[in-house]
Amino acid sequence: MTAGITPSQTVGPFLAIGLPWPDGPYVVDPGTDGAITITGRVLDGAGDPVPDALVESWQAAPDGSFGHPDDPRSGGSRGVVTPGQHGGGSEKFRGFGRSATAEDGSYLLVTLKPGILPGNEEHAQAPHLDLSVFARGLLDRVVTRLYFGDEQAANDADPVLGTVPAGRRDTLIAAPVAGRPGSYSFDIRLQASQAGPETVFFDV
Amino acid sequence: MTAAALPSYQRPVGVHPPLDSPEYRSSLLRAPKLAPVPLPQRLTEVTGPLLGAERVTGTDADLTRRHPAEPLGERIIVTGRVLDSDGRAVPDALIEIWQANAAGRYAHGVDNHPAPLDPNFDGAGRCLTDSAGRYRFVTIKPGAYPWRNHLNAWRPAHIHFSLFGRAFTQRLITQMYFPGDPLFGQDPIFNSVPDPAARQRMICRFDLDVTQPDWALGYQWDIVLRGRDQAVFEEHR
Repeated sequence: MTAGITPSQTVGPFLAIGLPWPDGPYVVDPGTDGAITITGRVLDGAGDPVPDALVESWQAAPDGSFGHPDDPRSGGSRGVVTPGQHGGGSEKFRGFGRSATAEDGSYLLVTLKPGILPGNEEHAQAPHLDLSVFARGLLDRVVTRLYFGDEQAANDADPVLGTVPAGRRDTLIAAPVAGRPGSYSFDIRLQASQAGPETVFFDV
Repeated sequence: MTAAALPSYQRPVGVHPPLDSPEYRSSLLRAPKLAPVPLPQRLTEVTGPLLGAERVTGTDADLTRRHPAEPLGERIIVTGRVLDSDGRAVPDALIEIWQANAAGRYAHGVDNHPAPLDPNFDGAGRCLTDSAGRYRFVTIKPGAYPWRNHLNAWRPAHIHFSLFGRAFTQRLITQMYFPGDPLFGQDPIFNSVPDPAARQRMICRFDLDVTQPDWALGYQWDIVLRGRDQAVFEEHR
């Protein structure tokens, strides 16, 4: 027992009153050089869309860094990293995205592809986003990771994907959308259904 | 290659409700069935969004002053500190709240409880903690309301709280309840927290010192996020 921590409770059906931001899905401005679009649906155990969920993302910048004082490469600074520091445009990059789902269960994130997280062979990580999903019916958030289907070599070497049973890894891979460069598709299945197997969720 | 200390955050045991809580019927089709895969905390997990003042405007912390007139209901002050489990303050952290009005009705199209809406209350608020981790909201006490979980089911009065700490691992969304609520015993959401002592930590306490004479009742509620383990060392190029 960890002493004193406040327990989690569900967001309930009315999170739309307090949590969505107009700019939430836009980790960068959509006009930013190199912006990518991630879309998908949150689905329940009947294969039905979850229209009252919230998906949040957190990720590194294109050079693999975080604008955070606990990133050892940050020199202790906090705040927004600008892609200009990473060879991109000049718009702000927030690292964090938030999208409430629509009636069809869909969410949207517009961001920059994160870089490989540097480290030695054991610790280097393939480009990824950490995702939290909140919804009525979930008494605590669930956490998953999104990897990119066009980063196969990096994915094959990723230490976290390596801990996931091989048959379930596909649920963590966002598929490039044919004919739409820079677009990726990533459904989140809270349970298995005819729509597909349950997404891998992580205990952090 | 340099060696750098990465923080890591304690994994709470026996605090949060199990996702599989069948008494709460909405969990049946939504709570994952498979055990989660352990994720060692690496850079992505020990960093997180440090959202600042740009997310908060002047009236966001006073839910009674966001409309032309004051909302109906019992005016209250809710204040406290955001701490981690080692007792350290969490400064400059974004808190977002939402709640029902005094009649137990949410300003949301999906809420069909036949209780009146209040044109002077939208139920949303935001603030940042100060350098000592303190926060303060002025609002009205939310009403209890019925829901369809089971026959004659009612939610105890509560305010939803969303918190960003310093790291992805510290993210928390919870509900704050009021002392002595007679509806606790039949509420599967409140009771989804297995440890009775942990349940009590979701209940604010009435505080006469916070109460302002001739103005508003005061409640005190501290929120505790996951604390840090001792630093571990990880190699970074």
